Amino acid sequence: MTDSYYGRPIVKEPVWQPEIPVYFFTGGLGGASSVLSLVARVSGNDLLAKRSIYIGAAADAVSPPLLISDLGRPERFLNMLRVFKVTSPMSVGSWILAFSSAASSGAAFLSAIGRLPRVSDVARTASAVSGAPLAVYTATLISDTAIPVWHEARHELPFLFGASAAASAGAAAAIGVPTRAAAPARRLAIGGALVENAVMLAMEKRLGLLGEPYRQGEAGRYAKVAKACSLGGAALLAVAGRRSRLASTAGGALVLAGELALRWSVFKAGFQSARDPKYTVLPQRERAARRGAAARSDLPARP
Amino acid sequence: MGALADGVATYGDEAEERVGFFTDTSVCIGCKACEVACKEWNLVPEDGLVWTGESYDNTSELGANTWRHVAFIEQNRPLRGEDEVDALRWLMSSDVCKHCTHAACLDVCPTGSLFRTEFGTVVVQEDICNGCGYCVPACPFGVLDRRHLPRHSGDPPAEILGLQLGRKEDGRVWKCTLCYDRLKGGHEPACAKACPTDSIQFGPLDELRERAEKRLGKLQAESWNGARLYGHDREDGVGGFGAFFLLLDEPEVYGLPPDPVVTTRDLPAMWRTAAIAVGALALGVVAAFAGGSE
Repeated sequence: MTDSYYGRPIVKEPVWQPEIPVYFFTGGLGGASSVLSLVARVSGNDLLAKRSIYIGAAADAVSPPLLISDLGRPERFLNMLRVFKVTSPMSVGSWILAFSSAASSGAAFLSAIGRLPRVSDVARTASAVSGAPLAVYTATLISDTAIPVWHEARHELPFLFGASAAASAGAAAAIGVPTRAAAPARRLAIGGALVENAVMLAMEKRLGLLGEPYRQGEAGRYAKVAKACSLGGAALLAVAGRRSRLASTAGGALVLAGELALRWSVFKAGFQSARDPKYTVLPQRERAARRGAAARSDLPARP
Repeated sequence: MGALADGVATYGDEAEERVGFFTDTSVCIGCKACEVACKEWNLVPEDGLVWTGESYDNTSELGANTWRHVAFIEQNRPLRGEDEVDALRWLMSSDVCKHCTHAACLDVCPTGSLFRTEFGTVVVQEDICNGCGYCVPACPFGVLDRRHLPRHSGDPPAEILGLQLGRKEDGRVWKCTLCYDRLKGGHEPACAKACPTDSIQFGPLDELRERAEKRLGKLQAESWNGARLYGHDREDGVGGFGAFFLLLDEPEVYGLPPDPVVTTRDLPAMWRTAAIAVGALALGVVAAFAGGSE
């Protein structure tokens, strides 16, 4: 039995709307696609490099409108770039997104018109260097709150989001690139999906009581969808992705759906854990008790 | 860890003595004068008129439109000692923003709208806030919220209202300012001024802490059940509250977290983890090219 004030929550549920988990997905897709594009370019796979930067630029382009639409005062979105604060992952992330989306759209534009290849490569490199942090920082953003299942999952969430971003980028490229040039994309989608599911398992196990919200309610339902879609899509890519463009497209679409569902699941789990005061009270009580016990054991023994 | 709140030192000569609240719940009579005085002085809008059935509390929780909240708890337990049968005690406590020494809301605010005043308090600059909502889940006490304006059943639909008046919902976050405007004028905050029993005491924080220790000693000597200070410890997870409490039961009974921690305490480690994940992502993409593009 948890003592609480008429069962009311202690921490507030976030006020964020569905735009935010969708942005977690598009930011991850955009950032990882930019990285994929650069590595493809370096390895000489120019078709994959070109299509990936298109995907990255498109995902980066829809991200700011999503974020702005979620603001309580959208007309003040530029205030996000009023300061730079390393104590605020949202401030750091706003700067990363602004830089990365400028770089990826520049690289995509130059790539499309086929001019200034040097400048295009510099822009692609800039988008990749900022793209990897773009794909991961959203995990730090939600970890840096008082929401129990987000803050306590701070050791795993960046890896979960990073793997999910990698899977998204691979899957999108597997759809957009002919199968003969898409082998690295397929491997990335499959590897990302496997790593992400492994991280999720390990995270839930370590969290104990706080693993519950990830399995229950809407979060739990979306987690199941995420698992089925990402692993199913990865299996399809592994088995038939090389031979059939249709299979490659279907597998890629499944993985993408899985990654979107994963972001939605993590998002909802946060709300669920805020709603029930036991997830705030019990871990804190245990922490205080452990500290109390440690302090007592520091006292000199009585004769 | 010093007595100064984060950031006050940057004021230099303009820094004022750190002030705050000591809310002694053992003398709270639940009159809610603090709630009313706060609303009146700060022009805080209505937050819905509902009957909760939760003792005399129809305010329920702190939020954008509630900066003081009086909790009512009915318990079958004597106020003092243990020998009374069929005992009943009624706990009342006026909750408020804690104005933390290390404030998570202020740390995570991406626009710099939330700031530390020269008095060591934490205030939202409403002309800068863009309603990103990050401070809402960052606060370990659930103090901040985005403001929704109340709608009445007789009102025209919100869309029409928006067109007519040229404005939508407020959209920004709001919370207790510890009456920054009154402090500037040398007055105590409205809630403390209105409190008829001095349950809400305002003053320099160091002075309040001493007074609280004495009061706790007295209550313990009189064997009041569950008497304890909450938020007075400068070594706690938020570096001590600027508004702390004398409670008569566990904090969670009043809807307060038992061991609050400023989430940004772990942020350096979180950035390190993120950096490793960024490296892993880059390596993962490179590894996907092992074995060629065919």
